Amino acid sequence: MSVLSVSNLSKSFGGVDAVRDVSFALGAAEFLALIGPNGAGKTTCFNMLNGYIRPDRGSVTLEGVELVGRKPRAVWRMGVGRTFQITQTFPSMTVRENVQMALISHHRRTLNMTRRATRLYAEEADTLLARVGMAEEAARPCAELAYGDLKRLELAIALAHRPKVLLMDEPTAGMAPSERIALMALTGEIIKSEGVSVLFTEHDMDVVFTHAHRILVLNRGTLIAEGTGPEIRANPMVQEVYLGGGTVFKGEANDA
Amino acid sequence: MGFYFAQFLTGLANASSLFLIASGLSIIFGVTRIVNFAHGSLYMLGAYFAYTLITTLDAGGFGFWTGVILAALIVAVIGAVIEILVLRRIYRAPELFQLVATFGVLLIIQDVTLAIWGAEDLLGPRAPGLSRAVRIFGEPIPEYDIALIIIGPVVLGLIWLLFSRTRWGVLVRAATQDREMVGALGVNQRWLFTSAFMVGAFLAGLGGALQVPRESVSLLMDLSIIGEAFVVVVIGGMGSVTGAFVAAVIISVLNAFGVLVFPQISLVLPFLVMAVVLIVRPYGLFGTAASAHGPPTVPEAPMKPMSIAGIAVVAAAVALVALLPRLDDGFILVLMIDVLIAMLFAASLHFLMGVGGMVSFGHAAYFGLGAYAAALAVKALGLPMLAAMAFGPLVAALGAMIFGWFCVRLSGVYLAMLTLAAAQILWGVTFQWQSVTGGDDGILGVWPARWASSKPAFFYLALVLSVAGLVLIRHLAHSPFGYVLRGGRDSPIRTEAIGIDLRAHQWLGFILAGAFAGLAGVLFAFSKGSVFPDALSIGQSIDGLIMVLLGGVQALIGPIFGASAFVLLEDYISRLDYWRAILGGVILVIVLAAPNGIAGGLSGLWQLVRGGRKTGERA
Ligand SMILES: Nc1ncnc2c1ncn2[C@@H]1O[C@H](COP(=O)(O)OP(=O)(O)O)[C@@H](O)[C@H]1O
Ligand SMILES: [Mg+2]
Repeated sequence: MSVLSVSNLSKSFGGVDAVRDVSFALGAAEFLALIGPNGAGKTTCFNMLNGYIRPDRGSVTLEGVELVGRKPRAVWRMGVGRTFQITQTFPSMTVRENVQMALISHHRRTLNMTRRATRLYAEEADTLLARVGMAEEAARPCAELAYGDLKRLELAIALAHRPKVLLMDEPTAGMAPSERIALMALTGEIIKSEGVSVLFTEHDMDVVFTHAHRILVLNRGTLIAEGTGPEIRANPMVQEVYLGGGTVFKGEANDA
Repeated sequence: MGFYFAQFLTGLANASSLFLIASGLSIIFGVTRIVNFAHGSLYMLGAYFAYTLITTLDAGGFGFWTGVILAALIVAVIGAVIEILVLRRIYRAPELFQLVATFGVLLIIQDVTLAIWGAEDLLGPRAPGLSRAVRIFGEPIPEYDIALIIIGPVVLGLIWLLFSRTRWGVLVRAATQDREMVGALGVNQRWLFTSAFMVGAFLAGLGGALQVPRESVSLLMDLSIIGEAFVVVVIGGMGSVTGAFVAAVIISVLNAFGVLVFPQISLVLPFLVMAVVLIVRPYGLFGTAASAHGPPTVPEAPMKPMSIAGIAVVAAAVALVALLPRLDDGFILVLMIDVLIAMLFAASLHFLMGVGGMVSFGHAAYFGLGAYAAALAVKALGLPMLAAMAFGPLVAALGAMIFGWFCVRLSGVYLAMLTLAAAQILWGVTFQWQSVTGGDDGILGVWPARWASSKPAFFYLALVLSVAGLVLIRHLAHSPFGYVLRGGRDSPIRTEAIGIDLRAHQWLGFILAGAFAGLAGVLFAFSKGSVFPDALSIGQSIDGLIMVLLGGVQALIGPIFGASAFVLLEDYISRLDYWRAILGGVILVIVLAAPNGIAGGLSGLWQLVRGGRKTGERA
């Protein structure tokens, strides 16, 4: 059964279709990749899924409940977590405090004015940080983190609300190849242990083919293919878009 | 009919002067992202230079127009000097630094002007050949007004030509849209910024010079125009010259008719229009989202709870201060009360700006509301002092609730401008509403209850309330709520993405900051025994900003140092001649030499002492 269903999602900016009639379903505990060249509309899709952009048309349902028209914060409450292509964290806080913020919101304590924020949910935050392999970093100022660490921190933040669905926009951009594989393996484990469903975008085809259960290919705003790794590899349309080979993806990984 | 048309033409003539100054302000903001508070000073200088040149040069049309153009050119050169000496060094600083620095320039120019031209208003000659009136629909219209009505659009056309036909103009427009891009093109940014500032200064100077035949030249010209010029720039959209023109016409024509219905409206109307426009179009009529924010700032270090040693030091300091009445019950005590009030006011502003990232240029609104509410509670409602002291912050919070609802819908410079508008509206109301507020005469006889009437008693009252306020504010900053505000300042996107209604939290933060400012205002009213509209003037707002800046924005303890330093400094130098220039100089030195303020400087020292531990930690 699908957790997240997307149908006919469309958005144009000033007459140019960024996303057109995109429909797909994300199954329970599925690891689904959304790939496509730069400018294909992947981030715009994500932005519509979690309420940053209102689609011109289409619907997004989470376990049957419509998400379109809800604010990002409401979508998050309903169980859709998100990491960003350009990381969004709180640079003036420590790594642990970043996660504590998410936990404070998860436990609905944001209006509390009596407690000391740093004392709330510190252990829970450390558990989450350990989950993404950042226990060592907990006390460091977030502003000092390397880019790859910021991505992992975002993952820990997203997990704080025990999401049903996790949207990860280029989670491994800016990481070394070994780090990429480690993060994806970690995400795979989280999917298994937590039962969360993950939709992610990624430029590294090795990563995609190794980890994704299923792959969606977006080109100029429309879905041109959908299937398992081998199916996608064999698809002539996909090969045409990528000029015949996975290696071309590598070059794009940098200009995220 | 004829009368209304004449009124309309008067509005258009006013629009031309307003457009000249506002377009310069807008160009400067567009390119440099600096809100130039000293722009009114350039306008004033234009008028003074033109006065001197016109009266010195031979009379006659040639002398007049030569004088006007020369005056504008001189001001352009002065603009270049200011840009090179001051602004160039703070392009990457936060908005607050820039605003306060340009305010420092304003202070210096005021005193220099005073030294050169004296305090007397100067009445310039009429424009030769344009000194009479023509009759239109039977109504007399000054010829000079008609000349101005023509000059406005002509200047707009010239700017348009400059922008669309020259490489310089293309660069200026590119910089207005995306500053990084210009850097990437390898253009000499320094030259571009200086020249843009010169053009802006020229336009301001021209605007001032053209006023000489219309109004007497005085030292009040700078502040009297700057509020309206800000409004015009914001309504038009910061960086948009066309927007400035449209907005200048809207404001001036509305004002020309508004005064017919309700003569006092002119103080409030521009700000009301601005508030309405910003609510409907958050970036002004012709502005875009990109123009709202200054440069990104260096993230501050994570907050740390106060150490035991720190708490001991603070407790000792409070205890020492509490001993003060034993040493002196006169002047020093009065000064100390001022310091305490200033600390609370500055801390409330810092909570809004430093913690919440909402830069307010009009925080005095809530200080003044508190002060007036307490004064009226005592005088009109006959409430006892303590009840009035509770009433003041409540009213201030209510005001902050109303204005804050609008303000938190905006961000960056636009938010700052809307707070300024709110404060100006309130100032206008208190100034005009004679029957309730006493207008310019203020409210007198607001004395404390008998038990608190001796200086030491009131001092202890102020000490208890201020310290309690400061402790509460600090506690709030460390609470989950305070962290949410900091989160919103760091990354609004992330804050929303973890399920937080940021606006609602910011609104509440705005209200709380207003309430604390109101409490400071209440203490102020009772300590002085009177309230005047000054309590919510731009000057009072700026004082608060200077205190925050002096203390250091990135430290919770900053406002305490900043307020003390400011009050003591002001008390000392306000007895000197040319104290404005001295204060301006001090401000500039601090902005340019110690951008982290006193607290930043101290924590830097502390780190040196402790042997160069990791940078970035703070007091
Ligand atoms: N806010 C926006 N305004 C205008 N155009 C946009 C906006 N966001 C994205 N686009 C355009 O939509 C297209 C898809 O962009 P995006 O979703 O970021 O692609 P991807 O994430 O696949 O690289 C691009 O052509 C981009 O320029
Ligand atoms: Mg993208």
